[in-house]
Amino acid sequence: MLADALFFSAVLFAIGVVGVLTRRNAIIIFMSVELMLNAVNLTFVAFAQVYGYAGQVFVVFVMTVAAAEAAVGLAIIISIFRHRHTVNLTDINLLKG
Amino acid sequence: MLFQTAAAVAGGAAPHPLSGTAADWVWALPLLPLLGFVLNGALAIFGSAKAGPADPSAGSHDGPDAAHGVPGGNGQDDGAHADAAHAVPSQRHPYAWLVSVIGPLVVIAAFALACMICVAMIAAQPTTPFIQRYFSWMPVGDLSIDAAFQLDQLSMVIVLVITGVGALIHIFSVGYMRDDPGYPRYFSYLNLFVFFMLVLVLGANLPVTFVGWEGVGLCSYLLIGFWFSDRANADAGKKAFIANRVGDFGFMIAMFLLFANIGTLQYTEIAAAAPAALPAGGALVTTVCLFLLLGCTGKSAQIPLYVWLPDAMAGPTPVSALIHAATMVTAGVYLVVRTSMLFSIAPAASLTVCVIGAVTALFAATIGLKQWDIKKVLAYSTISQLGFMFVAVGAGAYVAGIFHLVTHAFFKALLFLGAGSVIYAMHAAYHETHSHEDAQDMRNMGGLRTAMPVTWILMWIATLAIAGVPLFAGFFSKDEILGTVFARAQGSALSDASWLGIPGGALLYGVYGICLVAAFLTAVYMTRLMLYTFHGPNRTGDAEHSLLREAPAVMTLPLVVLGVLSAAGGFLNDPSFLPIAPADMLGRWLEPVVGPATQQITRGGPAEADPRLSAILATVASVVALAGILVALLRLKPAALRPAREPQPAESKVESLLSHKYYVDEAYDRAIVTPTVVFSRNILWRGVDGLIDGLVNLTALISRWLGDSGSAAQTGETGTYAWALVLGVVIVLGTVALRI
Repeated sequence: MLADALFFSAVLFAIGVVGVLTRRNAIIIFMSVELMLNAVNLTFVAFAQVYGYAGQVFVVFVMTVAAAEAAVGLAIIISIFRHRHTVNLTDINLLKG
Repeated sequence: MLFQTAAAVAGGAAPHPLSGTAADWVWALPLLPLLGFVLNGALAIFGSAKAGPADPSAGSHDGPDAAHGVPGGNGQDDGAHADAAHAVPSQRHPYAWLVSVIGPLVVIAAFALACMICVAMIAAQPTTPFIQRYFSWMPVGDLSIDAAFQLDQLSMVIVLVITGVGALIHIFSVGYMRDDPGYPRYFSYLNLFVFFMLVLVLGANLPVTFVGWEGVGLCSYLLIGFWFSDRANADAGKKAFIANRVGDFGFMIAMFLLFANIGTLQYTEIAAAAPAALPAGGALVTTVCLFLLLGCTGKSAQIPLYVWLPDAMAGPTPVSALIHAATMVTAGVYLVVRTSMLFSIAPAASLTVCVIGAVTALFAATIGLKQWDIKKVLAYSTISQLGFMFVAVGAGAYVAGIFHLVTHAFFKALLFLGAGSVIYAMHAAYHETHSHEDAQDMRNMGGLRTAMPVTWILMWIATLAIAGVPLFAGFFSKDEILGTVFARAQGSALSDASWLGIPGGALLYGVYGICLVAAFLTAVYMTRLMLYTFHGPNRTGDAEHSLLREAPAVMTLPLVVLGVLSAAGGFLNDPSFLPIAPADMLGRWLEPVVGPATQQITRGGPAEADPRLSAILATVASVVALAGILVALLRLKPAALRPAREPQPAESKVESLLSHKYYVDEAYDRAIVTPTVVFSRNILWRGVDGLIDGLVNLTALISRWLGDSGSAAQTGETGTYAWALVLGVVIVLGTVALRI
């Protein structure tokens, strides 16, 4: 049971990573990051079944932080879109050295 | 009492006999000239802001009504050169009157104070030096150096000479430098020189003396290059400075060696510790003394470092009188006497001093025979006389050396100031007619005795004194040197020692012989100078002849005072065979300072030759001097001379060798200066500098490359960063996983 849950969350995490690495749209990348977070949440919950409730407590924290992050992140993306009329990350490279 | 004296520091010991007297004011001696320096320097800066630049080159030659500018002073080239550089409009400095008061006054005040201290010292008759300690200067580990002054009979004599002769020369300068735009600058330098010279003489330990030693070197440099807008003058200053640096290196090594082996640099402590810590005649004390001697040859212009002194004549003539004749150049002699406790236990080093002195005395005297520049003759004469002093202190005749130092200060200052007064007159005459002849070339002089009778008589007194004609000052001192050297050759610690395999006794007889020849030549070249300058027909020029006149009273009065001293100064130390004055005053006065060292050399015997031998030697010396004058009078024909502007008769090979100063400058150029320049250009500049520059540039290139590649990694694209992050995580996890 634990192994299945871990395998499933690993697959979800890998999908998230691939999404972050391959997509260019900021919104999609953002969603992929959420996917990775939730994969980790799943791992926590799965472990909580074996090692006690600490894992579930962590999940609550992660969801809180993820919500805050989503709020700030989306606000930034909207702000960028207003200025540059794009959310394509390859076009946003002002920090180039 | 303002400051603690050594006796007070010691606590239980009885106070020094000089404490509570005028000697408590010894600190004020150097401070007075320092005050003058500050005030005159302030006026120089403050005044020049109002009156325009003090740089002589700033003035332009405007019209015939511009009176004579700076008189003479250029000892280098032809008159045209000198005139172009020095011809400035008569533009007196706005504060010149104030400077004329402050400059000489501070030195006169110092002289008055020195006289008061001397009176106190005569009354107290102290047997130990009076040391005044001000503050701890360099307390570093075992090294503890105090800023302290030491007053004893030796420093007293020299202080009197410095302030006395210095005051006279300051007064003379008021006239000589009257129209110079740099007038306050001149006096501030001159005051600063007196300050440093007093520090040198009064210093209670070697480092304090060294401060004065370097300080007088600095002032010498500043004053040689006083008319710095002329390249030759600035170069002469540099030459003096560099030659002195070589000597200073020796001085410093000697100090290091002394500290490493004795652990103290204070004179009284060295004297106490030396006999036990330094084996007499050992290699160590000899090395220390030889390094000290190197320092002395630099400052006192002895072979091999004498070359700067003739060039130093580029400075104003009163500077030549004060610094390059009467005081600074005798610092080497002073230092040998001050460290006589070391030299007396190092016979080989003492004999070296003797030999260097004798060779220099002869060498410089021969060059003096064929110089045409009046100041150059005096410069070589100074080197020669300093050689005599070195012979004296080398032979352990410390009293005779100091005695000659004092009398030489009198008659050589007089000679230089007299020459200054001649140059002043010549320059004024040439300036009036806009001639570009050399005002210092004796071939342009002749017959000046009718125009300047006062200078003429006084210069003859000085000439007779330096030649050693009986009853003039130089006779007594030179005679004492010769007599004592002879006595040392007969039997002393020196005659038993050997120098490079030569027995000391034979060497000292040789030194005596060389000195006699040098004394003969001294009489010859001085008589030649007098004949060519003051006698025979006048060669200045028809228009100029009537314009030659005596210098103003402010210049002649110091000459008269020095004339009296040159005539009578010898009675300071009257030999016992000539009962005119109290016998041997200076000798008895200096006894507490140099007595032990002299005893060491004579092995407890009498310090001087016995009266009968002295009388015979004095007769020999007088005959030699008179013969020199006679030979010069008979052989030299002032009437046959031609002015410098006309073609000169061909010189014989010997004459040419002498007039070119044995080509020593050229030899030094080839052997030292050129190789140094070539080496520094090609090896140091192009080679080593190139290497170091290359290394520095290489590090710069590497950092730039690193920065460039680092900044290339910052693409600004989130995707790249994400890839890098994931890759990093994979690598970390991978290594962790594989390790497990």
